[in-house]
Amino acid sequence: MGQISLNQVTKSFGDVQVIPPLDLDINEGEFVVFVGPSGCGKSTLLRLIAGLEDTTSGVIKIDDTDATALPPAKRGLAMVFQSYALYPHMSVRKNIAFPLRMAGMDQAAQDAKINAAATALNLTDYLDRRPGQLSGGQRQRVAIGRAIVREPSAFLFDEPLSNLDAALRVGMRLEISELHKKLETTMIYVTHDQVEAMTMADKIVVLQAGVIEQVGSPLELYHKPRNKFVAGFIGSPKMNLIEGAEAEKHGAATIGIRPEHMTVSKSEGTWKGVVGVAEHLGSDTFIHVHETGLMDTMTLRITGDIEARHGDTIFLSPEMDKLHRFDAQGLRLV
Amino acid sequence: MSTQHSRSAARIMIAPATFLLLAWMLIPLCMTLYYSFRRYRLLTPDRQGWVGFRNYENFLTNPAFTSALINTLVLVLGVLIITVVLGILLAILLDQPFKGQGIVRILVIAPFFVMPTVSALVWKNMFMNPVNGLFAYAAKAVGLEPYDFLSQAPLMSIIGIVSWQWLPFATLILLTAIQSLDSEQMEAAEMDGASALNRFWFITLPHLSRAITVVILIQTIFLLSIFAEILVTTNGGPGTASTNLTYLVYAESLLNYDVGEGSAGGVVAIILANIVAIFLMRAIGKNLDA
Repeated sequence: MGQISLNQVTKSFGDVQVIPPLDLDINEGEFVVFVGPSGCGKSTLLRLIAGLEDTTSGVIKIDDTDATALPPAKRGLAMVFQSYALYPHMSVRKNIAFPLRMAGMDQAAQDAKINAAATALNLTDYLDRRPGQLSGGQRQRVAIGRAIVREPSAFLFDEPLSNLDAALRVGMRLEISELHKKLETTMIYVTHDQVEAMTMADKIVVLQAGVIEQVGSPLELYHKPRNKFVAGFIGSPKMNLIEGAEAEKHGAATIGIRPEHMTVSKSEGTWKGVVGVAEHLGSDTFIHVHETGLMDTMTLRITGDIEARHGDTIFLSPEMDKLHRFDAQGLRLV
Repeated sequence: MSTQHSRSAARIMIAPATFLLLAWMLIPLCMTLYYSFRRYRLLTPDRQGWVGFRNYENFLTNPAFTSALINTLVLVLGVLIITVVLGILLAILLDQPFKGQGIVRILVIAPFFVMPTVSALVWKNMFMNPVNGLFAYAAKAVGLEPYDFLSQAPLMSIIGIVSWQWLPFATLILLTAIQSLDSEQMEAAEMDGASALNRFWFITLPHLSRAITVVILIQTIFLLSIFAEILVTTNGGPGTASTNLTYLVYAESLLNYDVGEGSAGGVVAIILANIVAIFLMRAIGKNLDA
């Protein structure tokens, strides 16, 4: 249960093709994250899987049956929406019960499932409240509860944490991860936040303009980005991408070095530059370096503290084995 | 902003308007009350005097009163049911994307801009007339006897005319309410396995409850005092078949020349309107709380 495969799936709105032919396999029990900049088609892809949008062509298979033309309710998937999409006039209990009620389940079985879900999600005290009386995090949990009771073969999450504040987001991130470990159900999660993608995913799908740029585990994407886009998108702060003569020295059109893969010195090093802004986070220091002659602003990440003042001259040395090389098409050179 | 000074300045500046509004309302009300306790018949204007509650007695025991009361309630209720039900259906229809949406929406709203007298006359002469009306023509075309709407079913005909006038209002308010429904909620319900009918019943209708309340409250206020449509079509007849309270008050004071009894009827109408208002607020007012 919970295996989804997309075969040559496309989606056009009028003349605009937002998703060119696309293949993707999602294995049972996997936590898959679709990540990409806004407008990259990740939400559309999720809605295609959910059945809320019709595919223009191609086949979507869920558990080896063709689900391309099935209505959303028949696909056995549950979705958690960005706005939570709770029914405002119903109590929490009725919200969670709604899919069961629509399925015509008898009252006793409904109550058992609702109580189990409420206990799992810490909602027992709120069952008789309306969504309007709950905090953002609680609403999120109700939305998840409504998805859980259906016992779907896969969960779909559409940017579920983007309406929460930073602290709550970290907490909910953990809760969803733990839920996945507990239920071992396939989950597909859409986000534009690469930190969410890196921390939660078993498999990340990086999308740009409807095209899958790379599929892989978080560390695979970090260590071996397939192209320049993935290299620049995964990792924070962003990878420094250097073009021109310096890249040619390494036999590439572009070379990339992550901010954390450089050492710094006041007296000697490979590259010379002037310190712009230094951001002290305590555990790390981000230094923005100008006038390197390589790129506008080079970002440098140093563990711990360093004495660096605006206008200081510093020298940077990349760790050669961590250098990424890309050809003129932006693809990774091995 | 709200210092002592600015507050008193605001009060002074708002006073003239408040005073004018108050006078506008209170003077006619007081005069109606005054006349309702006086004998004042236009045919014998010299014989005036206080008569206590005799005008009220006459008005309430008038055989036309009971039928007028029932007619008023039937008229209000009938129009409310028709406009709310059709309004919801039309609003859902207009919410669907289709070509020429803008023009169709304007056309739907159009009847609201037609004056009551004019629209009632159009209906009476162009549609319902048993000789020249379109309905009669249609009936004759299929070999049926033309139906004389305004004399056979006067109240129902008036309900039809008034519903036609108020349907755009209901549709418009309900349409804006439907447009504010979060599409993700509908999608969530779809994923939860709700059929189209269930989605309407469990999601759309509860979402519309507040708008429906507004439509019912506003329309009730206006429908209790329907007058022009009756005057230009049936004149309250045949008999008292289409006489409502407003029309009865008019008939007493200006057709029977009894201003005293007409005024008493006016006061009775005010009291009844308030009873209806209290009843309505009790019944559906809670929908207006957020």
